[in-house]
Amino acid sequence: MSDASMTTQHALQGQAAERRRRARHAADTRLRLYGIGAITLAIGLLGILIFTIILGGHTAFTQTHVRVQFPLTAESYNAEEPARSNWRGVIDDAMAEIFPDAVEGGNLRTRTQILTNNTQFFVRDAVLAGDYEVGDTVTLEVPASDPYDQLNKGVIKRDTPEENRRLDNDEVAAFDSLVENGQVSRPFNWGLFFNADSRFPEIAGLSGAIVGSFYALMVCFLISFPVGIMAATYLEEFAPKNRLTDLIEVNINNLAAVPSIVFGLLGLAVFLQIFGLPRSAPLVGGMVLSLMTLPTIIIATRAALKAVPPSIREAALGVGASKHQVITHHVLPLALPGILTGTIIGLAQALGETAPLLLIGMNAFITSPPGGIFDASTALPTQIYIWADSPERGFVARTSAGILVLLGFLITMNAIAIFLRQRLERRW
Amino acid sequence: MSEQIKVKMRGENVCVHYGEKQALFDVNLDIGTNQVTSLIGPSGCGKSTFLRCLNRMNDTIDICRVTGDLTLDGQNIYDRAIDVVELRARVGMVFQKPNPFPKSIYENVAYGPRIHGLTRDKTEMDEVVENSLKRAGIWEEVKDRLDQPGTGLSGGQQQRLCIARAIATKPEVLLMDEPCSALDPIATAIIEELIDELRENFTIAIVTHSMQQAARVSQKTAFFHLGKLIEEGDTEEIFTNPQNKKTQDYITGRIG
Repeated sequence: MSDASMTTQHALQGQAAERRRRARHAADTRLRLYGIGAITLAIGLLGILIFTIILGGHTAFTQTHVRVQFPLTAESYNAEEPARSNWRGVIDDAMAEIFPDAVEGGNLRTRTQILTNNTQFFVRDAVLAGDYEVGDTVTLEVPASDPYDQLNKGVIKRDTPEENRRLDNDEVAAFDSLVENGQVSRPFNWGLFFNADSRFPEIAGLSGAIVGSFYALMVCFLISFPVGIMAATYLEEFAPKNRLTDLIEVNINNLAAVPSIVFGLLGLAVFLQIFGLPRSAPLVGGMVLSLMTLPTIIIATRAALKAVPPSIREAALGVGASKHQVITHHVLPLALPGILTGTIIGLAQALGETAPLLLIGMNAFITSPPGGIFDASTALPTQIYIWADSPERGFVARTSAGILVLLGFLITMNAIAIFLRQRLERRW
Repeated sequence: MSEQIKVKMRGENVCVHYGEKQALFDVNLDIGTNQVTSLIGPSGCGKSTFLRCLNRMNDTIDICRVTGDLTLDGQNIYDRAIDVVELRARVGMVFQKPNPFPKSIYENVAYGPRIHGLTRDKTEMDEVVENSLKRAGIWEEVKDRLDQPGTGLSGGQQQRLCIARAIATKPEVLLMDEPCSALDPIATAIIEELIDELRENFTIAIVTHSMQQAARVSQKTAFFHLGKLIEEGDTEEIFTNPQNKKTQDYITGRIG
């Protein structure tokens, strides 16, 4: 720079300077407004999404129950061998007591349908669990069947013309008389969490899906966590820098971008067809999900290893630690929060993954939770998929409720990841 | 060597390449037993590179290649028979930036003896830790908080902790790579005093940017410039009567 240009003062006052300053400030403000706008839009859309899901799903968190006294008459109840009793008869007797005119009118059958189809099993279980004799009565809170549940929740509207309504005026009146007698209640729907799937929405729940997802995630974790950490450690700490490792690195990054359904096809072709593993099993689901989680864990682990300051490695090498001691005593423990965060985020992704599970048959109709990783089962996202496909009104709300439960798990997992990052991360 | 000082480490025709670039050219330098040898010279002159050859820290850099002979007690340290981990236990190192492990003060010092299996039990380890911290002149400051993280100490204390960690394995040679460049003058003075005391038991090689420091702490000085060893000799000689013009220019502040 010449002396002349150094000594000449820039004009920071005057009109031109003022214009420049104003333009600069305006540009700053615009940029900030764009940012605020984008965030508002994103939060707004998310809010609308969650609001509609809650609006659609909140009714599934309660369930209409009807309190019924079941008389154990000599005709229906077999006191000698209670298991061989005529439970349908017991229900008919109970409903006949509540609706005496129905017996004459010949529509007792319609009245028993106020209660869920599985009422006979509830009655059987309650009676077998206790010590009852002929002439006793058993009082139970029984879930109402889906149409009456929907009527009670206002989903089926009374002002709809009778011919378009799922329940006719007679059925509505019968239910209303139960309400008047104070026999109808609407407690929290624990069945949503503790029942397995069912054809009847009123007793369908997520327990099978939750347990299935848990097993699948456990398998996924047990495979992808150790393999991912070891692969990342090798690539980061030991692998020579050459074409081969470059190729591997590029392909791991590519793997993270492969559509999940492709992994499902791979699982179908390899795990089911070639290895002959059981269909619909959480074992296979977990294996397929681990293929998807691996790249996420490898990438996160490598980033965490890279973030360990070289001075710590030098310090350890300087006192004569061997390579493996440097890695196991210092580098890996320091990288652990980052690794765990990446792993949990990877698992959260896996929890929400549907497509690969559909291809290996984890969307089957299964009415009991799996007893192990080899039993056929569904998972949370596939259960939602199944319910979304079902025609009964009750499944509409349950689909949304399932989404809310899934979101709840995802938010919890991400919160744990954030907590770990905040809590365990060391600063230098 | 003018006096009868035993040679602890010797470098003969040491050349170092970083990939295509040569960083050291035929360096011949002896490190005398129980002496402090300071390596001085402008930035990028190769003094740190030479120091890191002495405990093979350069091995960790993939593209680094070392040729020539480097010996410890007459044994070639780049020999296949030498285990680099044992070498580093015998030739300890203190780095430019204090780098305690993010563990307790006790664990920082105990780590070296533990991985080398130098102690038999807890009492012996306690002794080693206490002695090392005492030798490093930091015992009084930390004895009541040995379980607190070493990273919570001040910069000067951290560096003394690192010295304690380095001497806990009882190395024969202690390499110091600008140990005071991140410290204030008071902490520097403490460390310099310490170096003088450590000389009794250890052979010390120190890289420094400060010529005053070299003059204060060392008996021998080696001046590097552009990867070549220009001049070496008794510190007093070098600073009062340099033989080479470049040395003279550097110590009088004309280059560097």
